[in-house]
Amino acid sequence: MKIGQELIQTKQLSFEYIRRDDDGNAEGVTRAVDNVTLNVEKGEFIAILGANGSGKSTLAKHINAILYPTEGKVYVDGEDTSVEENIISIRQKAGMVFQNPDNQIIGNVVEEDVGFGPENMGVPTKEIWERVDEALKTLGIEEFRKHSPNKLSGGQKQRVAIAGVVAMHPQCIILDESTAMLDPKGRKEVIRAARALNDVEKITIILITHYMEEVIYADRVLVMDKGRLVMQGTPKQVFSMVEELESYRLSVPQVTILAHELRKAGLPLPEGILTEDELLHELQKIR
Amino acid sequence: MLKDITLGQYYQTRSSLHSLDPRTKLIGVLIYLISLFLFNRIGAYVVALIFLAYVIKTSRVPFSFMIKGMKSIVFLLFITVIFNLFLTAGNVVFVIWKFSITDQGIRVAVFTVIRLTFLIIGASVLTLTTTPNNLTDGMEDLMKPLGVFKVPVHEIAMMMSIALRFIPILMEETDKIMKAQQARGADFEHGGPIKRAKSLVPILVPLFVSAFRRANDLAMAMEARCYRGGEGRTKMKPLKYKKADYIAYIILAVYVAAIIFAGRFAPI
Repeated sequence: MKIGQELIQTKQLSFEYIRRDDDGNAEGVTRAVDNVTLNVEKGEFIAILGANGSGKSTLAKHINAILYPTEGKVYVDGEDTSVEENIISIRQKAGMVFQNPDNQIIGNVVEEDVGFGPENMGVPTKEIWERVDEALKTLGIEEFRKHSPNKLSGGQKQRVAIAGVVAMHPQCIILDESTAMLDPKGRKEVIRAARALNDVEKITIILITHYMEEVIYADRVLVMDKGRLVMQGTPKQVFSMVEELESYRLSVPQVTILAHELRKAGLPLPEGILTEDELLHELQKIR
Repeated sequence: MLKDITLGQYYQTRSSLHSLDPRTKLIGVLIYLISLFLFNRIGAYVVALIFLAYVIKTSRVPFSFMIKGMKSIVFLLFITVIFNLFLTAGNVVFVIWKFSITDQGIRVAVFTVIRLTFLIIGASVLTLTTTPNNLTDGMEDLMKPLGVFKVPVHEIAMMMSIALRFIPILMEETDKIMKAQQARGADFEHGGPIKRAKSLVPILVPLFVSAFRRANDLAMAMEARCYRGGEGRTKMKPLKYKKADYIAYIILAVYVAAIIFAGRFAPI
């Protein structure tokens, strides 16, 4: 049952959970995701931005069939996530990388962890090794293959986790705040890996983050606030609306703010400047 | 403090014992342990000692490294000796105050020491030459028949290997929590045993909370990677007997024959 050419579709997706007090009595209902309709096409690089509690992670967990919609539907490659029989196939197609690198590595050795997904899928032994070799090479972590994950840096651990997903041959990888616990170097490693997977392997990437700097390479940026999808567009379009972004408790990159303020002060600069090079270039043009 | 325990540790080196199938080693150790308790003649222990020496030599693990692990059980050995020495009936050899030492007592005490020492060294040869993962795999495979009795063999093996993976992480975390509490004036080193035990509460509570949180995250990550128990699962590293394993079984059979012979017919 295929619906359209989109890889991922959400239709009026809403998710509610019941808040409970210390005694387990229901206090009220929180709507974590509120009426989100979203299409992601094959090969796209999507970034979802949002402050804490904006519902972006909850949305991500729906795509991997870890959470099921309260209302609405989610389709991955045409398969409905609320149908029990589709779950394994959906989880294989839409792999997920989580926030804490330590809590998602299962194997005691790097290569064993990368092989965990294919093992679960029932891939024959010989093919598991081929997939593991390939995934390790793609992520550039072959040299650590015999190491214990405990000895690696945060960025390396996250690349192991990504390799574990890549070995499952997914069509889409969701990075659920996978850079949040890393140092700047580790963040760069992970973002570079995600971009390479998108460019070379044509894997659809959904990057969930609250670091603005990471989303400038995305094809499309979505902004979430209080469970709703509030902004959508190319990074340039989204970042040109500095005041609106700030109203959603998001901090805009410094370069963008500087350009925005200069523009307000009367300099003829375009909106939505994202990198220092770009600003430099524009400033030189004026002179 | 926890780093000094060599018992149950893996010693990285290349030897024919290291490369044996874990099942061969597990069965070997099991048979060796049983053989230690079946016979009551010195001759049998000579055979057991020769076999153990041969195995240790093949393992290429320095003997001094193995002995380090023994230190922790000297106290246990001492207590067993005392009990056996004084509380066994038989012909009295000599008397110290109200306690009498018998010839049987001496014999049993000596045997117990030999048995326990061999037992511990034998078992530690297994863990020294087998990686924890390999060991878990071997146990899973050997326990498979228990699946008939609805024993969740795969799940137990998975739990063991996850536990192994999280031991260093939780140790690090304990260290962090201890330092954090010390920075706020907690004192773990002074006072009587009760006071010290009480001072552990502020370490254990956050440690448990964090362990549960990690478990929750890990379960989600496993599900996200299509984990659904042992059913329909393939193995990346399936266990396979090689030529060396058959040779090892033959050596084991020779040992069993030798110890049975010695246990029956040795003069003492």
